[in-house]
Amino acid sequence: MMAGLLAGVARLLSGASIRWMDVAPDLRPRIYFANHTSHLDAVVLWSALPPEIRALTRPVAARSYWIRTRLRRYLSERVFHAILIEREGITRDTNPLPLILREMGERYSLILFPEGKRNPGPEVGEFKSGLFHLCRSRPDLELVPAYIDNLNRVLPKGEFLPVPLLSGISFGPPLRLLEGEPKAEFLARAREAVCRLKGS
Amino acid sequence: MRFLTDSKTLWLATGVGAVLVLASLAGWILKHRVKNDAGRATVANLNARIKAWWVMCLVFFLAMLTGGVGSLILFGLLSFWALREFITLTPTRRGDHRSLFWVFFVITPLQYVLVGLHKYGLAIILIPVYAFLFIPTRSALAGDPERFLERNAKIQWGLMICVYCVSHAPSLLGLEIPGYEGRNALLLFFLVAVDQVSDVLQYVWGKTLGRHRIAPSISPNKTWEGFLGGAVCAALLGTALWWVTPFKPWQALGMSLVIVIAGFAGGLTMSAIKRDRGVKDYGSLIEGHGGVLDRIDSLCFAAPLFYHLTRYYFAVR
Repeated sequence: MMAGLLAGVARLLSGASIRWMDVAPDLRPRIYFANHTSHLDAVVLWSALPPEIRALTRPVAARSYWIRTRLRRYLSERVFHAILIEREGITRDTNPLPLILREMGERYSLILFPEGKRNPGPEVGEFKSGLFHLCRSRPDLELVPAYIDNLNRVLPKGEFLPVPLLSGISFGPPLRLLEGEPKAEFLARAREAVCRLKGS
Repeated sequence: MRFLTDSKTLWLATGVGAVLVLASLAGWILKHRVKNDAGRATVANLNARIKAWWVMCLVFFLAMLTGGVGSLILFGLLSFWALREFITLTPTRRGDHRSLFWVFFVITPLQYVLVGLHKYGLAIILIPVYAFLFIPTRSALAGDPERFLERNAKIQWGLMICVYCVSHAPSLLGLEIPGYEGRNALLLFFLVAVDQVSDVLQYVWGKTLGRHRIAPSISPNKTWEGFLGGAVCAALLGTALWWVTPFKPWQALGMSLVIVIAGFAGGLTMSAIKRDRGVKDYGSLIEGHGGVLDRIDSLCFAAPLFYHLTRYYFAVR
């Protein structure tokens, strides 16, 4: 119930118009990946999903941010069921990939921001390779690109008070990792899929 | 506020209800008559608009029933949402973030509080004087000089149109008009009714008879036939409503003409901004109508004029 309430509040506050273009909401496990400009991205994208899909979708988020205060910890653990990963100083032992695979199992979908960190500029940044490795381990998953518009103005990097501008979320046609597709090509293709939704 | 017990109110509510029933009936008949796809799309849009009109009229009447506070809250929310749509469309920069926070959460509510307290003297200068000086100062403190004047002009303008101008509508409730005590809500009804009916009739006349465009590069739908037909009909309706106002019939006609012409100016001006930004509507909150600002653009311009004329010629303060 808390989740539904929070999703409602997030939708109202972000005023997000949600568009599914050449893709339909679906319950099977998928990876939703989007551009990243604001701390609100994960919450707003998550709340844009239909409730029954939302219940089976877990954002992948930075551990350092989401455990810092009690409220954030409560939200990430109890409400979003986020999969928290280390961002800094990743070694072979702290590689988040096995953790993500274990946590998502056969049941859950993921929300992922392949740029890795928030990007202050107007362009979508380069994608990190995590998305590629994840897809190589789970080639069965569909990748749904999403473009989040205007949230960087609602809550820019470094600000703590949001202003109530209207944002928009567009979901685009899914893609998959092709057999034998090189990493750089795949990441460029995935990034292009997000950029194409911009301004649409 | 004697709004509920006033027999005039009941007549008005009945009248509005009857018009809506007739419109819904006409929409239903059209839906079963049209043959081609283009016609079907137009009728679907028409029916969505009629449905939205039911909701808007209901909300407006509920707000009026609660007296001053309800109307104040309704117009405050309209301002807030319209400003939200306006600023969303106008590119601001990172350095404006704190200014925008003040604009949305301090200046806008404060304006409506002042209106609610009938602090005319302060309400009339809060935005054009104090906000005007404060906002650029706050943006300058943020330290980003790029396109500074342009950014501030946009925020200022949004605030003037969406908040300052709109707040003149509920300000009508604070006027003291001799012999008209306790019935100011009807004056608000008069303004909104003439303004909105004018919009609708200009649309209808334009769709059916429109030939000569007034400003094709700004708004392809605005034609001389639509404007004149809609303006005359709406002014006649306003005249016919003289009995709910403190005006004589010829005065009601004059006031209606002012509302209609100012409303046209508002629609045209706000269209120019939309064209510049390359969008058709400001938002998508009201199905078939677009956003809140698309619906109230004419009211933004008509409300201050109507308020000041009424205040100057009919009110004691």
